Amino acid sequence: MALNAKTITNQELFYGHKACPGCGAALAIRLALKVLGERTIVVIPPNCMSTVGYIYPHMPVFVNSVIPPFAGTAAVMSGVLAGAEAQGLKDYHVVGFAGDGGTADIGLQALSGMIDRNDRAIFICYDNEAYMNTGVQKSGLTPYGMKTTNTPAGKRIHGSQSSKKRMFEIVAAHGIPYAATASVGYPEDFLAKVEKAMNTDGTSYIHVMAPCPTGWGTESDVTVDIGKEAVDCGLWYLAEYEGGEFKLNRDPKEFASAEAYLKAQSRFSALDETDFARILQERDDAWARMRRDWKK
Amino acid sequence: MDRPKADLSYVVETLPLGPAFETGQLHDVSSGMRTFRPVIDTEKCVKCLRCFLVCPDGAIDKSGETLEIDYDYCKGCGVCRRACKPGAISMVKEAEV
Repeated sequence: MALNAKTITNQELFYGHKACPGCGAALAIRLALKVLGERTIVVIPPNCMSTVGYIYPHMPVFVNSVIPPFAGTAAVMSGVLAGAEAQGLKDYHVVGFAGDGGTADIGLQALSGMIDRNDRAIFICYDNEAYMNTGVQKSGLTPYGMKTTNTPAGKRIHGSQSSKKRMFEIVAAHGIPYAATASVGYPEDFLAKVEKAMNTDGTSYIHVMAPCPTGWGTESDVTVDIGKEAVDCGLWYLAEYEGGEFKLNRDPKEFASAEAYLKAQSRFSALDETDFARILQERDDAWARMRRDWKK
Repeated sequence: MDRPKADLSYVVETLPLGPAFETGQLHDVSSGMRTFRPVIDTEKCVKCLRCFLVCPDGAIDKSGETLEIDYDYCKGCGVCRRACKPGAISMVKEAEV
């Protein structure tokens, strides 16, 4: 049965957290836990979600959970699996929720190790494109032109000078059984991918775009809309990697205006025409490559 | 309303000690973050449940006849209002409720 607002459970497993109003990451975790259910063990490294999710004695994560060292999300997930096996547990899921820094920078080698061991766990990267928890610093998944506290926008240099790492492809290059990209702007698509990951025998990885009103400089009510716009304008994409094959889930004939998407966010406020041209060129190159290699 | 409730009556002596303890305990509400309160017009609501799906806080309960908002945990972000196609949700300033 297709997962959507009507079929998904009313029960909340991430409830009462202290995330900023309109938090995309909180929405991603909430939806994922709805699919995974009560018999889930959650691993959340130090990131926004563990900061807002465990404020002693307030414990808004309603399933068993653990905070691993920043670099060790996937390693601790493997440990949890070993512990669960030793206890003879049946019918449960182990899931990790790391941010973009906790996935593509600090947590990368542990994740790589877990995929190599092919442990049966789900690693979900919620990507808000910077280290938001510590006040917006550049990560490996920060896009070109984003203003952060350590890539400030000045007269000559307009924010981050590097583009996003191709994390989805890095994970796929391990030969992982299942990997996907998603966005909170397309919640049904995300739910379906979590369900697929849950039923995968082996490691699975989901990279979900989770807009951050605080770090992106948007109003709190546009989170879902801007997550959708990111996909529609081609600066993010919905794809899957399964059985050694890439698949584009969404291949828009025409992109929505990327400039409108960028201009709606104060993190890109310093960009000029040259920057826009570079971003559009990178987008078109990426799509040419994806369409050439991933489409049947 | 089918949503967890905060236990605000706790005293320090009853709090769990140590680095590991029972999960799913609520001892605080989030309503202090709210400036605008979403109000659902049940006449206009078609129960498409879009607001329930996209609420970052899960504060909209779909178990009853009509949708209910848990104002203890709604932060007033307004994502539900933008998601509501029939325009059944309006944002009302807290001071004017």
